[in-house]
Amino acid sequence: MADSPWEPGTSVRLLRARAALLAAIRRFFASRGVLEVETPLLCRRGITDPAIEPLMVTGGASIGAQPRYLQTSPEYAMKRLLAAGSGPIYQLARAFRDGEAGRRHNPEFSLLEWYRPGMDHHQLMAEVAELVCHCLGSRPWQAFSYREVFLQSVAIDPFTASTAALREIARDRFDLGALEGGRDLWLDVLLSHAVEPWLGSRGLCFVYDYPASQAALARTALRDGIEVAERFELYVDGVELANGYHELTDPAEQRRRFERDNQVRQRRGAAPRPIDERLLAALAVGLPDCAGVALGVDRLLMLASGESDIRRVLGFAWDRC
Amino acid sequence: MANFSTNEFRSGLKVMLDGDPCSILENEFVKPGKGQAFNRVRLRNLKTGRVWERTFKSGETLEGADVVDRSMEYLYSDGEFWYFMEPDTFEQHQADAKAMGDSYLWVKEQDSCEVTLYNGTPLSVAPANFVELEIVETDPGLKGDTAQGGSKPARLSTGAVVKVPLFITTGEVVRVDTRTGEYQNRASKS
Repeated sequence: MADSPWEPGTSVRLLRARAALLAAIRRFFASRGVLEVETPLLCRRGITDPAIEPLMVTGGASIGAQPRYLQTSPEYAMKRLLAAGSGPIYQLARAFRDGEAGRRHNPEFSLLEWYRPGMDHHQLMAEVAELVCHCLGSRPWQAFSYREVFLQSVAIDPFTASTAALREIARDRFDLGALEGGRDLWLDVLLSHAVEPWLGSRGLCFVYDYPASQAALARTALRDGIEVAERFELYVDGVELANGYHELTDPAEQRRRFERDNQVRQRRGAAPRPIDERLLAALAVGLPDCAGVALGVDRLLMLASGESDIRRVLGFAWDRC
Repeated sequence: MANFSTNEFRSGLKVMLDGDPCSILENEFVKPGKGQAFNRVRLRNLKTGRVWERTFKSGETLEGADVVDRSMEYLYSDGEFWYFMEPDTFEQHQADAKAMGDSYLWVKEQDSCEVTLYNGTPLSVAPANFVELEIVETDPGLKGDTAQGGSKPARLSTGAVVKVPLFITTGEVVRVDTRTGEYQNRASKS
């Protein structure tokens, strides 16, 4: 990596690779009639998600007393376009998440987000695989349910096992110190510490049908009597690359989830966040049945170039800006 | 001491964990999709040398450890303790056998060492990477054999035994890599 503070952390070769990747993405969507759109980075309302922290802009004559949120993803604004009749759309956007920095995270990053009216999460998974193969070269892909990956990698059923059993298996395998939390925390420990390494040797893999407690903005459905979220994540060689939903279109249920998020935030000692009424108003008018996905472009470039540290593919990573 | 959050963990940072001072080796941020963020941290326990991999919730904090590395001059040993002096303040410190570890095999009086202090007391002592020590005992040298050939054990003035080329004789000073315990070359006689 470069040593002088002015220098970019990446190379000219990787700048060219990024440009080629962006061109390939645009060709992919142009050939399918998906419209490129842009939405604002600074919005009046952010998200309520308890596990994602936004950055805010609090100063400036245009800001006034109300801070603006730097978007954590362009999801809400793009759903407002869909409700207004845009048809299928995609966006190459910058997104910001506070506190997320590491080998695969940078607080400011590039996100490819797209929405497909008329598709469910399984149809969208197939299109995501086609895009990834279009960018990285053709390769086989497979899809496992969340339940299957847990059963195969840690031999426990994530839906029927008791919270105590999940906690015990996590504590047994990993040094977790004083770590404590609810059911979702133990599921997340096992997913990030045991399941993801298991996926690491399996190439291009989707994991779908998450616990309903982790639905976020996805619909839920019953599978074998268990309520699951119609959500998927894509892993390529163990790198988490994309997160997609069969989108929730019910404004009342969406409002309940936002309120529940804020209750979780308050239980954890965090301030509640204002709810985006403009998104809810758009859902009330009618979001078309659709599936949507967000894909990390910097990570896709890491995979395309064989780099293992996101700072190598960013011109100027967070501490170089 | 200040507290450090997982966001501030960098390799080399010294923190307290389970009552022991530790040095952070690696800090990896992991976040499953929309889930809880964790930091998987590799740390070396500076008391035991053991390496841990511990998972924290992102944003959790650990207390900093009062651990500093100082370059000091080795003075002498009284058999129980090894005495070191800070060159600028002339302050003296005594290291016990545990802190000294195997380092006693490589230090002679007036050598400079890296002493790690924890709460002001030596926790560990590292000799210089290369030291020059006199040979006090080895088999007689083989005249004329200055290049090729095997090696033989030689006892140094500190008690360490190293393999040296056959031509080296008792009374000579040799340069040794303390990290590997390997002979490097002949040094000029002191």
